[in-house]
Amino acid sequence: MKKSEDSKKAFKSLYQHWKSERYSPSLRKLSLEKKEFSTISGKIIKELYTPLDLDEFNYLKELGFPGEYPFTRGIHPTMYRSQLWTMRQFSGFGTAEDTNTRYKYLLSHGQTGLSVAFHLPTLMGVDSDNPLAYGEIGKCGVAVDSLADMEILFQGIPLDKITTSMTINPPAAVLWAMYIAVAEKQGISPKVISGTIQNDILKEYIAQKTFIFPPRHSMKLIVDTFEYGAKEVPRWNTISISGYHIREAGSTALQELAFTLRDGIEYIEWAIERGLKVDDFAPRLSFFFNAHNDFFEEVAKFRAARKIWAEVMRERFMAKNPRSWWLRFHTQTSGVSLMAQQPYNNVIRVALQALAAVLGGTQSLHTNSLDETYGLPSEEAVTIALRSQQIIAHESGVVNTIDPLAGSYLVEKLTEEMVKEAKNYFKKIDEMGGMLKAIELGFPQKEISDSAYAYQKAVEKKEKIIVGVNAFQMEHEPIPVLHIDETVARQQLARLKEVKKTRNNFQVKSSLRDLKKAAGDEKNLMPSILKCVKTYATLGEIIDSLKEIYGEYQEPVTY
Amino acid sequence: MAEKKIRVLIAKPGLDGHDRGAKVICRALRDAGMEVIYTGLRRTAEEIINAAIQEDVDVVGLSILSGAHNVIFPKIMNLLKEKGAEDILVLAGGIIPDKDISKMKKIGIAEIFLPGSSTQEIIEWIEKHVEK
Repeated sequence: MKKSEDSKKAFKSLYQHWKSERYSPSLRKLSLEKKEFSTISGKIIKELYTPLDLDEFNYLKELGFPGEYPFTRGIHPTMYRSQLWTMRQFSGFGTAEDTNTRYKYLLSHGQTGLSVAFHLPTLMGVDSDNPLAYGEIGKCGVAVDSLADMEILFQGIPLDKITTSMTINPPAAVLWAMYIAVAEKQGISPKVISGTIQNDILKEYIAQKTFIFPPRHSMKLIVDTFEYGAKEVPRWNTISISGYHIREAGSTALQELAFTLRDGIEYIEWAIERGLKVDDFAPRLSFFFNAHNDFFEEVAKFRAARKIWAEVMRERFMAKNPRSWWLRFHTQTSGVSLMAQQPYNNVIRVALQALAAVLGGTQSLHTNSLDETYGLPSEEAVTIALRSQQIIAHESGVVNTIDPLAGSYLVEKLTEEMVKEAKNYFKKIDEMGGMLKAIELGFPQKEISDSAYAYQKAVEKKEKIIVGVNAFQMEHEPIPVLHIDETVARQQLARLKEVKKTRNNFQVKSSLRDLKKAAGDEKNLMPSILKCVKTYATLGEIIDSLKEIYGEYQEPVTY
Repeated sequence: MAEKKIRVLIAKPGLDGHDRGAKVICRALRDAGMEVIYTGLRRTAEEIINAAIQEDVDVVGLSILSGAHNVIFPKIMNLLKEKGAEDILVLAGGIIPDKDISKMKKIGIAEIFLPGSSTQEIIEWIEKHVEK
């Protein structure tokens, strides 16, 4: 003991000597450009990390082995040596036919999973013929109003062989029901289909702002999907608890991590409150993070996320099944980091962010396209984005060993601090009475908008440099952009009209009536919703029926 | 007598909920000494124009990231004309492709600020163009 204390002391004095005799004098001579070095989140980074920073570090306690608690090094024992991450490009535009063609293109070029982007009216639970949909049809994603659109969207794509992620939140239960119905029509049992619905309403109130119902009713609907999925669609991930949008709205890496995991805790508490057993649904919870510019901070965030979640599940919720301890996550590179100026530079940004996600041990990945500050990706741009993942996977060599950055003094220190500081946020939110309460108080919203404004100011003072924007500017030629014209709207409106004419409207009405009754009786709504979609009741009709029972959420307007 | 403050309405038309940019602009304009009113999300053309007139603003800033600007902006600009409120300057920001910019300027949008624009540029533009 005495000996190790002595050698620590000796090391410390050598370090101090280096700093005062070598580093500082050189610094004065070179007069560094920046006074302060910090991450994009504003976290101060020191000049050097050494064993002194990992004084208390205990390998087994902090890291463990891959596939073993606390999973810091990865949830699987083999990681990418046995299976690469799923390359899953978020995609959807125009009509179901347009998007079906894009899916087949992506699958034929080596993509390994689908990820559906719906247009805004679908995301908000309104039909294309609603005045609110004016100008929005097929613009931000694919237009889906009823099962008829969903059938076309997945035509010729075997749903037992492919997994599908659907970015859909307040109306998630309805779109999921449509997917189940399409599978059944293809002769495939709900027991074998696999994929994810985002279904994460908390981050909507916090950041992305796609909400319909008041929080408590939304939470009820989400727990319905947990309960139904555990029994009837056992391979489906019934939620993707998302930090992506929190980060895009301007949070720091730490806030993204802390709020997302605290959202996860909230969902579990609600499900347990319903009477579900934690190990029955927890293995189907999945996560979704942002991969932003600051390389090491991001890697640390992903590693910290796994460690915290394992601990939360085992210690806070007493989960027994190791699968309940796993934090499985999808990653998307950062949309807000893309720049309109000199857009080809975005390819490099995306590649670095994607590399951070891979070194962080992601299970699936979306890489953004270089043209996304102008519109939805063109086919050429999305191909480069997919190729970037393939180059990381097959050329860079980073997949050869598991968690290659482990043991880096910097990365381990950052990981440790992320864990500690995220827990401080948990404590604060617990004291407020949970995440729903914190949201009602506007706490996470305020934290995020403060961070967003601080970052913008740092950019304008050139404390943070963005290449091509506040430094190294030059003119650039316009790039080709995918244009979605109004013929899409005409086609979509025609199909919706046709569906409403040819379906059995008596069945539609009776199924909607049953749905309202089930909602009023606080029953699990999944069976009723499935019945509705099979009659070709539209998404808008189903959501409007629920609005009659649940009401609508109005956000307090602040900035 | 204090100088009259410039009044700005920041509005979110369309269905998208991306309000980071709008909120940052609100704060920056406020910190620059302007009176700022924020509409909140998903406002119709009618709601935006009515608010602009009622609040007697000098400038309306439209923020949209959904791709619906080609349809929604003309509607807003027509309504502005109908109500005889053309003296209000209209600015826009968001995801707007280069080739749509000239179209938007033709219908009367005074300036478009793309991603990467600094709040300082926007503040200076407003201060220069609003008649005091």
